[in-house]
Amino acid sequence: MAVYLFYLIVFPGLLFSAVTGAFLSWFDRKITARVQFRKGPPLLQPFYDFFKLLLVKETILPKKGSPMMFLLAPVLAVAGAALASVFILLPLFNISSGFKGDLIVIFYLLTIPSFSYIIGSLASGNPLAAVGGSREMKLIMSYESTFLLFLAGIIVKASGNFNLYSVISIQQNTTPFIGSVSGILLFIVGIFCIQAKLGLVPFDMAEAETEITEGTFIEYSGPPYAMIKLAKYIMLFILPSFLAALLLNGFTLKGINILWAVLKIAGVVLLLTLIRNTNPRLKIKQAVSFFMIWMNLLAVIAIVLAYLGY
Amino acid sequence: MSNKFLIPIGPYHPLQEEPELFKLYCEGEIVKDIKWETGYNHRGIEKLAESKTYDQVFFLVERICGICSTSHPFAFANAVEEICNIEITNRARYIRSIIGELERIHSHLLWVGLAGHFLGYNTVFMWAWKYREPVLDLFEMITGNRNSYAMFKVGGVRRDIEGHKIREIRKVLDEVKKKTDLLTGAVMDDPVIHARTKGVGILTKEDIIDYGAVGPTARASGVAIDVRKDDPYAAYPLVNWKVITATAGDVFAKAEVRLLEMYESISIIEQCLDGLEKEKEGDINIKVKNIPEGIGTGRAEAPRGEVFHCVFSDGSNSPARHKIRAPSYVNIATFKKSCIGQSISDATISLAAVDPCYCCTERLAVAYDMHTGEKIMNGADIIRASAGQTRLIMKNLKMKV
Repeated sequence: MAVYLFYLIVFPGLLFSAVTGAFLSWFDRKITARVQFRKGPPLLQPFYDFFKLLLVKETILPKKGSPMMFLLAPVLAVAGAALASVFILLPLFNISSGFKGDLIVIFYLLTIPSFSYIIGSLASGNPLAAVGGSREMKLIMSYESTFLLFLAGIIVKASGNFNLYSVISIQQNTTPFIGSVSGILLFIVGIFCIQAKLGLVPFDMAEAETEITEGTFIEYSGPPYAMIKLAKYIMLFILPSFLAALLLNGFTLKGINILWAVLKIAGVVLLLTLIRNTNPRLKIKQAVSFFMIWMNLLAVIAIVLAYLGY
Repeated sequence: MSNKFLIPIGPYHPLQEEPELFKLYCEGEIVKDIKWETGYNHRGIEKLAESKTYDQVFFLVERICGICSTSHPFAFANAVEEICNIEITNRARYIRSIIGELERIHSHLLWVGLAGHFLGYNTVFMWAWKYREPVLDLFEMITGNRNSYAMFKVGGVRRDIEGHKIREIRKVLDEVKKKTDLLTGAVMDDPVIHARTKGVGILTKEDIIDYGAVGPTARASGVAIDVRKDDPYAAYPLVNWKVITATAGDVFAKAEVRLLEMYESISIIEQCLDGLEKEKEGDINIKVKNIPEGIGTGRAEAPRGEVFHCVFSDGSNSPARHKIRAPSYVNIATFKKSCIGQSISDATISLAAVDPCYCCTERLAVAYDMHTGEKIMNGADIIRASAGQTRLIMKNLKMKV
């Protein structure tokens, strides 16, 4: 029992993935700053941000709306993200536990933060948050089907294995999945799904600072907002790790290979950062058709190619 | 009862840096109606101008707008010079046009950056503002200030542009041209920018004429209205340039017009510099002894459109009445056409596309109580309250009232 709690709270769960995610968030901000001719924040800035919100800022509750759900939503988001991080990172670090590493479970756990944001935004009673929440909802409906097709493609490539442990070991025993046409297509689909899951430009319409002033999170302040930040840090680490596990043959934690593992994650985050810095925000309608039509088409093509063995 | 709900943009909103309030009445994502309130930023400039001398009014009107800070002195100079019935020297004309066009370049660069920011494209925002810096440095070299240049006076300009400065300006302009090429390429060829701006916030030619819109907003809809051509002033009749127009009337066309106008501005400045080299150095000013009685109107093409100043002189050393109309005053009204029926995302970029400048536009606003419809503050009330406050402060400081 104690070991499971350790998994959930310290390693590889909440604490480890939040700290790594915070450093990745610094990396993302620093790269963004360098692209935009700015100097960028110091290394510990994400921690300063988090602890300022947690310890210094007061919590302001909206008068209209449901305070209970409003405060519960950030906690749910962190819980979901931490749980997902355990289930993704245990197979990735090759720690054996009772969990088989079922992809469908991970898929469901990864949607919890987004759903919590919707709950929180709708519970705040703010019209701008309502617009943000409805946009997030439409976005989820469009990218989750694509994400499921993406996972289906992986399962086909892993010859029917639903198990993250075997997906990684198949790749490590043969070649990484990305080394094929279908793998590259799946990688493209996966990157865009992650971009949308993280709410980065061009899929940040739920927050859309210049339209609806941070939409979903407009009413959050203080510790609840710190929780949301925490969930975002965790997601920023585990989603690229998930992609690395599914397509880039996971990690081997021996000698020089540790550097490779770090480079894989940093590379994926760099790609996400570059996409978000070279694109304007899409409209929600455009984002929906982007996923529903183009990305789904690409994913289906990848599945067919994977089935045919390309 | 329809299920419309109110999306407020303002009084403080990241979309625009000035206080203003747009009420978007939405059904879902679609804007069904729009109302706006300005008046948060009223400073009583017209009234202040009556208590200043003509030389001081230049510094006052410069501060109406921080971005197009030379267009107001430009129009005011035109108005006063019409009263005096004087012709300024050619050198002064060239210098005035150079300042005006440099300002257009930096203002348009600023808009491109802001438009990028509004679309969530912060890289364009930062890049455009970085490329704007050399222009501001140029201003510092020519006038001593990066903004609010204090360059104009009745009968000419305050500082000359000497030979070595001309060379420096040419050098910076070449640089700016390269950066503009880069930026134009980045904006015009980006498919996602096309998807976000084409067919958004369309204003037809009829709308423009109905609402009396001016500047790039009008020119993007195919109305070739430009004070520099229609009512030539300064050095604009002496140089060769054309009015840029587009026909689509959407946000993309407005961006296109502004980007292409920057090339025209660079060309105008280059020709003005050629002209300056032919004129005698130091011949920038003619002496004006006094301003006679009369009415003068002055117009100038600001980066956002026509600025109009009307000055009534009673022969004293300050204007008897000074009336200002800034371009945003007419352009803001077009939101009624461009925003209704759009989604919120499109409405916000349509609001930004006319490059509104609220502090130019602000007039005294009267507020009504929401529930009773009762007038809760009028102009006299505000003056009375303000005067009362001043008296109170003076009393507390034990000053003589």
